Amino acid sequence: MVLSPADKSNVKAAFGKIGGHAEEYGAEALERMFATYPQTKTYFPHFDLGKGSAQVKGHGKKVAAALVEAANHIDDIAGALSKLSDLHAQKLRVDPVNFKLLGQCFLVVVACHNPSLLTPEVHASLDKFLCAVGTVLTAKYR
Amino acid sequence: MTLTQAEKAAVVTIWAKVATQADAIGAESLDRLFFSYPPTKTYFPHFDLSQGSAQLRGHGSKVMNAIGEAVKNIDNIRGALAKLSELHAYVLRVDPVNFKLLSHCILCSVAARYPNDFTPEVHAAWDKFLSSVSSVLTEKYR
Repeated sequence: MVLSPADKSNVKAAFGKIGGHAEEYGAEALERMFATYPQTKTYFPHFDLGKGSAQVKGHGKKVAAALVEAANHIDDIAGALSKLSDLHAQKLRVDPVNFKLLGQCFLVVVACHNPSLLTPEVHASLDKFLCAVGTVLTAKYR
Repeated sequence: MTLTQAEKAAVVTIWAKVATQADAIGAESLDRLFFSYPPTKTYFPHFDLSQGSAQLRGHGSKVMNAIGEAVKNIDNIRGALAKLSELHAYVLRVDPVNFKLLSHCILCSVAARYPNDFTPEVHAAWDKFLSSVSSVLTEKYR
């Protein structure tokens, strides 16, 4: 799936508006994902997953930073996330289906905090972008 | 996901054998698909789906021909299947999940006919190859 020029500009604009809130959104997306899809918790036996957990906040920051990086290098997401892609392939081995779940939760968080931002077109572009990120992160699994 | 040289070789080698029974394998795969996954029949209200039906055999041939094209152009599947990709995007709109199901049925048919050749490595190579084909065919959906 290829991001059109319109998709790219929608994604960049969206992240521009999200700005510094990206880290909170990352944390909230994880929280929602653990609540709605409890099976995802199995990847974090070493974390405190309670409300307001510092570990979840910290991890949310990391996830958000990667998404921002990808958005800033939207013409070469594979290049920008190459190390993360290796990490997921060789160490983390998160089942690909979970990327969709986290992506959806992230969209929900964006929608909750920025209702006017997420027009159908922007929604579609962001969803494509998140799918592209997921694809890159699972590209080296086999 | 990219195919390694070894994987491409495995796909090409097995195809040489599969090609000799392509039509039968195509029809059998579709048969298996409709049997195991009845919702897939909804895409064919205009077909006679009984076993051995001429329409099933005809359609099975089409599917296998396309796969054969992809094998012949294994370094550029996207180019080889560009028209089919557009057909699926703009006209057929088969839900992407069904490609996995048909791919699985094709693997079963091939495995059943060539049990000694279908080693774990060959299985993995064919699964990756059919996943690539499926990705190409659903790439232009949005």
